[in-house]
Amino acid sequence: MKDEVTREERVDNLKGLGCSRKRVEDARFTQGKGNYVDDIKLDGMLFGDFVRSPYAHARIKSVNSEPALKVPGVLAVLTADDLRPLGLHWMPTLAGDKQMVLADGKVLFQGQEVAFVVAEDRYAAADGIEAVEVEYEELPVLVNPHEALKSDVVLREDLVAEDGSLPDGAHGPRKHHNHIFTWEAGDREPTEEVLANADVVVEQEMYYHRTHPCPLETCGCVASMDKVNGKLTLWGTFQAPHAIRTVVSLISGIEEHNIRVVSPDIGGGFGNKVGAYPGYVCSVVASIVTGKPVKWIEDRMDNLMTTAFARDYHMTGKISATKEGKITALKCNVVADHGGFDACADPTKFPAGFMNICTGSYDIPTAFLEVDGVYTNKAPGGVSYRCSFRVTEAVYLIERMIEVLAIELNMDAAELRRINFIKKEQFPYKAALGWEYDSGDYHTAWDKALKTVDYAGLRAEQAQRVADFKAGKTRSIMGIGLSFFTEIVGAGPVKNCDILGLGMFDSCEIRIHPTGSAIARLGTISQGQGHATTFAQILASEIGLPADSITIEEGDTDTAPYGLGTYGSRSTPVAGAATAMAGRKIRAKAQMIAAYLLEVHDNDVEFDVDRFVVKGAPEKFKTMKEIAFAAYNQAIPGLEPGLEAVSYYDPPNMTYPFGAYVCVMDIDVDTGVTDIRRFYALDDCGTRINPMIIEGQVHGGLTEALAVALGQEIAYDKQGNVKTGTLMDFFLPTAWEVPNYETDFTVTPSPHHPIGAKGVGESPHVGGVPCFSNAVQDAFRPFGNKHTNMPHDHWRIWQMASKLGMHD
Amino acid sequence: MIPAAFEYYRPKDMAGVLSLLEKHGDDARVMAGGHSLIPMMKLRMADVPHLIDLQDVGGMSDIEISGDSIKIGALVTQTKIIDHAGLAEAAPILSEAALQIADPQVRYMGTVGGNVANGDPGNDMPGLMQCLNAIFTVIGTDGERQIAARDFYEGAYATAREDDEVLTAVIIPMPKGGYAYEKQKRKIGDYATAAAAVQIVSGGGACVSASIAMTNLSDVPVFSADAGAALVGTSVDEAALKAAVTAMLGDIDPTEDNRGPVAFKNHVAGIILRRAIARAWSRA
Repeated sequence: MKDEVTREERVDNLKGLGCSRKRVEDARFTQGKGNYVDDIKLDGMLFGDFVRSPYAHARIKSVNSEPALKVPGVLAVLTADDLRPLGLHWMPTLAGDKQMVLADGKVLFQGQEVAFVVAEDRYAAADGIEAVEVEYEELPVLVNPHEALKSDVVLREDLVAEDGSLPDGAHGPRKHHNHIFTWEAGDREPTEEVLANADVVVEQEMYYHRTHPCPLETCGCVASMDKVNGKLTLWGTFQAPHAIRTVVSLISGIEEHNIRVVSPDIGGGFGNKVGAYPGYVCSVVASIVTGKPVKWIEDRMDNLMTTAFARDYHMTGKISATKEGKITALKCNVVADHGGFDACADPTKFPAGFMNICTGSYDIPTAFLEVDGVYTNKAPGGVSYRCSFRVTEAVYLIERMIEVLAIELNMDAAELRRINFIKKEQFPYKAALGWEYDSGDYHTAWDKALKTVDYAGLRAEQAQRVADFKAGKTRSIMGIGLSFFTEIVGAGPVKNCDILGLGMFDSCEIRIHPTGSAIARLGTISQGQGHATTFAQILASEIGLPADSITIEEGDTDTAPYGLGTYGSRSTPVAGAATAMAGRKIRAKAQMIAAYLLEVHDNDVEFDVDRFVVKGAPEKFKTMKEIAFAAYNQAIPGLEPGLEAVSYYDPPNMTYPFGAYVCVMDIDVDTGVTDIRRFYALDDCGTRINPMIIEGQVHGGLTEALAVALGQEIAYDKQGNVKTGTLMDFFLPTAWEVPNYETDFTVTPSPHHPIGAKGVGESPHVGGVPCFSNAVQDAFRPFGNKHTNMPHDHWRIWQMASKLGMHD
Repeated sequence: MIPAAFEYYRPKDMAGVLSLLEKHGDDARVMAGGHSLIPMMKLRMADVPHLIDLQDVGGMSDIEISGDSIKIGALVTQTKIIDHAGLAEAAPILSEAALQIADPQVRYMGTVGGNVANGDPGNDMPGLMQCLNAIFTVIGTDGERQIAARDFYEGAYATAREDDEVLTAVIIPMPKGGYAYEKQKRKIGDYATAAAAVQIVSGGGACVSASIAMTNLSDVPVFSADAGAALVGTSVDEAALKAAVTAMLGDIDPTEDNRGPVAFKNHVAGIILRRAIARAWSRA
């Protein structure tokens, strides 16, 4: 039989790796047919919501639920006293601390959960909340971690022994009753010695403000306890459904096989939906108590005020260099504000996440990092907001230190980066703070970026603008923001990455159907990343069946293999690798079937796009579709029927995507208004699975970076009141505020990942924040700015200009 | 974000509205587009046991342009202001301002009447109407009366309208000369950090008359007669601009919020006013 289809067409038909395949998810999302948690409606379902503390620090003298129980439709009010007999008034956090589910004698942050009102609908619940009477006794409030470390006020009495001593925390000894941990990486003394004897040393304090991931869908769940079969089903906005199942089992005592956790469609996560929240526990308890399904959905203010925040790092960097600009050492001290409970979502052994990637993309021989975690009267959290664990903070630190050092050296910041980059031939590169970078080619990416934007031309234009400003011809100044970042993603190797003892591997299970289509299930869960599109592409290239014939399913713990979920750009590096490895198991068995069908030895056939061909005789072949059918209809000696595979992948290393960004910005010094004229983003995420989705990810990550750099914050006043609890004051950019982005790429595959992919979803955020911030700070550099903290909103930019005498 | 329970009414005529207001007094509020009132009810900052929707009451959705004035019904939306060809000719400052209010979705629902009647210092239309010296028509059980926009605002959410009165129309004397509505905001949908409405008439190269009002720089919109007067008789040169800004700064009373401290707001108010005057003058 003559094969009419060319090989190239066969490749195209698969829509495999490298294809800008349209997202299969979008048909339902663009037609309003998604199925989110709040779309779940069950017979007799009740609705629960919280009475929340108006105070940031107060003792609870009494809670009177009686008036609420008289509100029509209100069925129950849960307090800590109701949960205590079950041992559920506190719950473990992912960081080894514990957190009150409902206020147990006191509250530690504004918005803290005090009581859970269960009602027939959410309207009755809202009225019930108003009717609950809580008597508070206000206590002194600590909103600054430096002050908290000196204060006599004890925030966590539960962590002080009766004799006044401080038992060790989850990460070792504690120095003060408001201190959580000290975490160190690198070598203190050698670093201090180099710093003391260096040609040039510069030190800079910087505050990376508290902000918050802001998925369009807030957090929520529906808990349904079936008392007949003893099975609990929990639908929710979970970025890690299996981990949630294990946590629910551990704290509730319900056997894990009797718990089914389902993450349906999720409207964005960005780290906000990794942890466990009191709403989940209360919904489960309420369902057990009432025997009915119970739904809890946060509103926007609840989400911004109480669920996991990000950043809030008070950082001090100290960097040294030779007169020529070669960096010799970096020291970084961090005071980390964790709020009232340590609920950071980090791998257990990394209480400050991967902050020790703060040597960045540079060959820095000596370094030391010290992080102190501190309790304050703010909401708990500390999640990785569109980044791997604390990597945004790390990259911000080093990319600011480079700029500050360039000022000290009176050097061009682009050139300073270039002379300090880790060289291509140095990979795999062992960094001073412990990580082994898998691969990189920084100089090529940097040169490409600078050439594309005509960097020299931009600097000449800027110099002219400075002259014009000083001559009174303009009130607009121009900034050129540079950043070069290295991410560390794909957590991670089980040998050093676990959460609550669960190794951070991931998984994929594939079943090939007789007619040559397939279903693959993974331990991850898409929140908008397009997994159903991209994982099918990985498989298509591995097993030679069209991506359009492969269903990807995630999020149901009864059917999906165990995995640690989706955050920290780990899906492609870990589950994507599992997918490729499972695909290879399918292919290995298919090879045996093909050889049998073609009546040759196994080693005499080879894979070619969508088929196995007899070596040297390409006209003799069996397509994967034919092989799939044979797997189910022929008795093949020595082989089990069927065509299925499962792979659990423990990555040998992290992956290290990188990128080079340039932002050109004009700033009105009188109003503080910024205008981003150009933004160029070059990303190297290794092998590119779907260029269209990569571009979308870059646009999204940059937009969240713009938000954080230019105004998005969770701000507190001195009484611990949240000042930015609504979208009026919490900056969530729309198309109106967002510039045009130019995307570009280089490809440096990961040497250890089965298909060489590194992950990309978070890179643009990690690289974007310092780029936007550097653009603002660079505009003011000729006028004397060294460093000014974000966010760079209008009035703070105006303040920068004022302090530099530009309004005189 | 769920309001307390309330009764919802949708009367067919104004008599029905007024009888409900008379019956329920303070406990009743009328609503046009609802884009100011409903968020406050959801935040439980406004307690409205009886909500009276004006949508089915006829006669308040028209824009009438006569020789010497413009009448805008209270239920005319911002979108209708923007799309109205005759208005673009007669009073282009209205669409210039309306385009800077919130976003298209809000502008489809938000009305001129609601914007001016609610007394929210962040709203853009009150300052604009003071600049244009508009008259508000209100109706109560005792009949209709007229209140000048410049006399209407008494404090944040406090106006000269009585609880049992409904604002039905805005009457604007035909604007003359050059115009500008200049607004600085942090993002789409935000209230102004500072905004200025300016109308200027020129004659023989000099300013003949000028009207200036500022938004969100006090607990009420600020009509600055002195700022306008500072321009009259001048060629709107640097000295005149300085004098106008100084006069305006004497009239505003901004407070610190997330948009910035008082010093910043005063600074931006001056910059915005200068730009508004310059643009209005270029069009005069």
